[in-house]
Amino acid sequence: MSNMKTYDVVVIGGGSGGLSAAISAYDDGVKNILVLEKEEYLGGILLQCIHNGFGLHTFKEELTGPEYADRFVKELIKREIEYKVNTFVTEIKKNDEGFTVIYSNQEEGFVLVNAKTIITATGCSERTRGEISMQGDRPSGVMTAGMAQKYLNLEGYLVGKNVFILGSGDIGLIMARRMVLEGANVLGVAELMPYSNGLNRNIVQCLEDFNIPLYLNHTVKRVIGKDRLESVIIQKVDENLNFIEGTEIIFKCDTLLLSVGLIPNNPLLTPLGVLMHPKTKGPLVDEYLMTNVKGIFACGNSLHVHDLVDFVTNEGAICGKSVAKYLKGNLDTNNIININNGKGISYVLPKTMYLNNDLTFKLNFRVNKPYKDVELIIKQNNKIIKKIKKSYLIPAEMESVIILKKDVTSLDDIIIEVIE
Amino acid sequence: MKELICIVCPKGCHLKVDESLNVTGNGCNRGITYAKDELINPTRMVTSTVKVNGGKLSRVPVVTSKPVPKNKIMEVMEEINKVQVNAPIYIKDIVISNVLGLGVDIVATRSVL
Repeated sequence: MSNMKTYDVVVIGGGSGGLSAAISAYDDGVKNILVLEKEEYLGGILLQCIHNGFGLHTFKEELTGPEYADRFVKELIKREIEYKVNTFVTEIKKNDEGFTVIYSNQEEGFVLVNAKTIITATGCSERTRGEISMQGDRPSGVMTAGMAQKYLNLEGYLVGKNVFILGSGDIGLIMARRMVLEGANVLGVAELMPYSNGLNRNIVQCLEDFNIPLYLNHTVKRVIGKDRLESVIIQKVDENLNFIEGTEIIFKCDTLLLSVGLIPNNPLLTPLGVLMHPKTKGPLVDEYLMTNVKGIFACGNSLHVHDLVDFVTNEGAICGKSVAKYLKGNLDTNNIININNGKGISYVLPKTMYLNNDLTFKLNFRVNKPYKDVELIIKQNNKIIKKIKKSYLIPAEMESVIILKKDVTSLDDIIIEVIE
Repeated sequence: MKELICIVCPKGCHLKVDESLNVTGNGCNRGITYAKDELINPTRMVTSTVKVNGGKLSRVPVVTSKPVPKNKIMEVMEEINKVQVNAPIYIKDIVISNVLGLGVDIVATRSVL
């Protein structure tokens, strides 16, 4: 199709990951860029995160979500990078030059473009009631915390007046506070695990400040209601997550908000044969954030779910720089080394790195349970490449380590582990 | 003796503060400052949204320019809920100046055209 436009890179997603990736690609010399965003505005999920706390690493300030997004949108526009909003990518296919990207919007209908490379920054979705097999009736008033956040912060609708929340991750905690501030009665938060998944500052500022009780080791046993939610029964669980008899507590409420996990969104990638990481549910990538399909790169929450937007911005920047190198033929992917998670490490990304002339590479990982006063060891066979003392490591906080490539001396597997 | 969790860094040290404001349980000096502030004058940033008339969006997100006393949070919310703005409104525009005489402004964090 000779009248198809060709781009050096098509960035799918105009949130924190995509914006950062496009800006970095541009700054490293890639000029023919197209950013495609499904919503009406660039900025991604940050636009509904009206609370502050974003950007401590990037800007040394604590901005609100919309302010953080605004800084990157301004940088994109300053560089006159082409972007389209209200535009949905329906398919990606391989072709001789790279990829065909098919997108759709109201002005243009369905459009096919050529892309030499692709960066996916499509974010994540919230786990739903169905996915956790929550029992009981199916009245209205049961929704994800993020949905309630969107209704409240973008549209101005308070979704309920007497609220119970399942899940003590940050979204649940933030929405507990938000609902109280707007006049709702938040009756409590139930958390399946024996510890909260959210930041301590949110436990203090969202629950303790408003005397909202936190029920650890509890989950929702049953949802009750005919047309609208009327009550929920929560119950305690043991260490095997089985319900303990006689521990039911019933709460009369009209709204149940679910904060039970985030899942990376990658429906465009699986038909292309992109391999997924079994733990993160996002694609397997190398140190350049390239998937097993050459020329497809991934960053942000669709790669793995993040806690800090600053890390997403960094990842987007790596994608942008990698695409610039790839287009010049400068991505040295010989001498591949596998990276594995060892004792105490839930997962590590990237999965592979290369022995080449780059000075450093970065590992991102999460531990599988809270640790105090431990040593983080990165090693090959029994040779230690790097050792770091850590006073505190928790699963809720993604960690980052930078390794000097000169310290990697063989092609054996690298392993990262926690030593108590 | 008051017990609180420090929120200055992810460690979350469990602090104890007595009537003479002696702090124990802190892993660093920032914890001492935090504990004293929390006891004498706890403050919080407040974020919310304000109704927009004639704009492409119906709400504009806002933030307090500085932290406000913790016991004034709901009153600040009442003031925020009383106002409406007309589009266009720009990021950093002051929506309420010196709210409740606290020396704190309510500022827009997004532009709505």
